[in-house]
Amino acid sequence: MRTIALIKRICIQMIRDKRTLALMMIAPLVILTLLHYLLSADTTDPRLGVHGAEEALVEQLKDKEIVVIPYEILKSTEQVIKKDQLDGVLQVEEDKLNLTLTNDEPSTSKVLQSKVFQAIASENAKKQANNLTEVFADFQEKLPNVPLNQLSTPEINTSYIYGNSETTFFDQLSPILVGFFVFFFVFLISGIGLLRERTTGTLDRLLATPIQRRDIVFGYLIGYGLFAIIQTLIVVFYAVKVLDIMIVGSLWNVVLINLCLALVALLLGILLSAFANSEFQMMQFIPIAIVPQVFFAGILPIEGMAEWMQIIAKFMPMYYGGNALVDVMYKGLGIDSIKNDLFVLLGFALIFIMLNIFALKKYRKI
Amino acid sequence: MTSTIVLNQVSKSFGKKTVLNKVSISVHSGEIFGLIGPSGSGKTTLVKMIVGMDQPTNGEIQVLNTPVPNLYLSQKIGYMAQADALYNDLTGRENLTFFASLYKLNKGVQKERIAYAADLVGLTHQLSKRVQNYSGGMKRRLSLAIALIHDPELLILDEPTVGIDPKLRKSIWEEINRLKMEGKTILITTHVMDEAEKCDKLAMVRDGEIISSGSPLELKNQYQISSLEEVFLLAGGEKDENNRLN
Repeated sequence: MRTIALIKRICIQMIRDKRTLALMMIAPLVILTLLHYLLSADTTDPRLGVHGAEEALVEQLKDKEIVVIPYEILKSTEQVIKKDQLDGVLQVEEDKLNLTLTNDEPSTSKVLQSKVFQAIASENAKKQANNLTEVFADFQEKLPNVPLNQLSTPEINTSYIYGNSETTFFDQLSPILVGFFVFFFVFLISGIGLLRERTTGTLDRLLATPIQRRDIVFGYLIGYGLFAIIQTLIVVFYAVKVLDIMIVGSLWNVVLINLCLALVALLLGILLSAFANSEFQMMQFIPIAIVPQVFFAGILPIEGMAEWMQIIAKFMPMYYGGNALVDVMYKGLGIDSIKNDLFVLLGFALIFIMLNIFALKKYRKI
Repeated sequence: MTSTIVLNQVSKSFGKKTVLNKVSISVHSGEIFGLIGPSGSGKTTLVKMIVGMDQPTNGEIQVLNTPVPNLYLSQKIGYMAQADALYNDLTGRENLTFFASLYKLNKGVQKERIAYAADLVGLTHQLSKRVQNYSGGMKRRLSLAIALIHDPELLILDEPTVGIDPKLRKSIWEEINRLKMEGKTILITTHVMDEAEKCDKLAMVRDGEIISSGSPLELKNQYQISSLEEVFLLAGGEKDENNRLN
């Protein structure tokens, strides 16, 4: 009954605080939308200046979606690159190829470099093949009775286990982002909610009544939990239905994972607010407790990390959440493959509940 | 006469700083007991320990024959903190209802008590307003109403009349006296001397120690002075002299 009184009060307060409510419900959607258009936008074709290349090679380069700008005379590559805003210059001098990359954006440079190499390689292959055909013709002329099987160039078929050739970076990233925004905004609002209770002295006052510490923790958990559930549903459905984010597995599993994440974030927010004396100090927990979560959520490959980093990852709720979300949304796996992640998240929640009840001892011993 | 509050050699220190030093008080049931002393003398710390929000470093506290802290005891104590701890985004009535539910009052009793407490502090017509639009005095009155909401046996008021106009102060004191008639025990802290006169018994707190206690008359006689204000100043001065002598 005391818990219900607390829940009622939190609900009234939340509904009256329109701005916080808007932050919780709308801000994640805005950020998600921006990221969606940022990350799934087509990259522009790289611009390459070419000097002294054969027509065939230029054609190959154009086939690889490179904008080729031919130069008759090339004095200073650097000047040309700056003047014409090129991503690189390719100079051909007899057998020597010189590729100068601007490298102001390493990712563009990498793409350009690999495309140029591919073009050169396929051009070379073509030449080789022509040479071979000539050699064969020569052979057959001289030895008409010997059957010779000419090797055909192998055809490469690419197939994908997860996603397809149209998959963008955002498709792989979006499950993690959805989870992270749920995590972040729930953390922020629950933490500041209880903090306000601490700084205005009402928590002290509350503890002069017969309310038990666990009543307070559960009251907060359920009160803010209700809003966290609504927020999670809005974020997930917006991502899937409006932004049309790729989701291969079950939508309900996605909702389930996000609800677990919201639960952990809620409890973490309440817990950390015990160690903050003001909203500003609460903000200071964001770079310490929240931002690192992103690093270990699966955006960067965990397997490649140093061993001690991998150990840290195991302590991050987002590591499990991100993993489960990618499994369901991108790989289309079922509940069996995510249930361990969910158990770990619930484990985090349980530990945080205990710690919260304990942390309130600072305010009252019993 | 039974004792409602008994403090036995209670000390409290935060880190190395000793805030209260071997304080022993006994408050009888049905009396108005005043703790007087300057700011920072340790009154609020003492009160918080009696309410059960803090624990003494040494010594023991008993309220209504029960060792503090005890959750069931909280049901019998009405506490008004020095700083208003109210939910500003809720209305006065919502604040009262919330605290009433924490004391597990049923709906009927809740309504009755809210009406009674609001009437007592003269807020009946302002209950639908949000607390953020209340004046300082109105907030104090609402805090008092919350302290009374569950009809407690023991009322602990930490500087209840700060920021309240004289007219309302008079009516609050009338109410305190009326509660006394009903057999309730009231512990009040103040540094307003004319309020101290209205208490049955006084204890003077200075630098964490009880330097003097007794009825207002006894104190005045002890120092052979006619006003409590002078007693207050003298009592403080005497200790200073002692300290210097030591």
